[in-house]
Amino acid sequence: MNQSTATTVGFDSASVDPIEVQISLDMVKRAVYVTPLLAAIAAMIWDGPGATSALFAVGLVIVNFLLAAALVSGAARISVGLVMAATLFGYLIRLGLILVAFLLVRDANWISRPALGATIIVTHLGLLVWELKYVAISLAHAGIKPARP
Amino acid sequence: MEAFTILAQEADKAAAAASSAGFAYGLAAIGPGIGIGYLVGKSVEAMARQPEAAGMVRTTMFLGIAFTEALALIGFVVFILIGL
Repeated sequence: MNQSTATTVGFDSASVDPIEVQISLDMVKRAVYVTPLLAAIAAMIWDGPGATSALFAVGLVIVNFLLAAALVSGAARISVGLVMAATLFGYLIRLGLILVAFLLVRDANWISRPALGATIIVTHLGLLVWELKYVAISLAHAGIKPARP
Repeated sequence: MEAFTILAQEADKAAAAASSAGFAYGLAAIGPGIGIGYLVGKSVEAMARQPEAAGMVRTTMFLGIAFTEALALIGFVVFILIGL
């Protein structure tokens, strides 16, 4: 494959923004908005450990999104083929990191496992659906920037 | 002697819970792994066919990866609730 073909098939790093990073930063912003609410709900149900577990879970989800975005956009700058490898190995690495993070705090007295689990699922899916709404708007009406949440 | 037997039985139960939790987590990670592989493979194919649509494809791909990964996270939550 010559240079011109490679440029056509691959990504032009100068002109393509790291979309994944933009998406995950959007989700982080929204996570910051909803974190107090999640912590308050968890505190009502599971008391103090619930609130701290909820905060920890939101942190895990945010780091997971940012790491995924950094891996995919970093790989996309290099080549399309590397996106495949970075995504699959990134998936394993991120699952491993979440597991290690949990194992490090599992016996701490400020951890409530049900709160941690529930907040991970709710935050992950909630932020995704929230983001999907804005992405769907911008794809349906190309060129129209969605309003701030 | 009876105390040792009870202790051994409790240790067996704990080990069984830990191994079944790990097994559940491992099984839960297989499906999303296959899904992400398929999703990214198709996205790479789409980007190779139509490089000008790469931005849109990457956006959809990233969100698809995150949604698929939610399945693995559900497995992880089951894992932390069952034991270890």
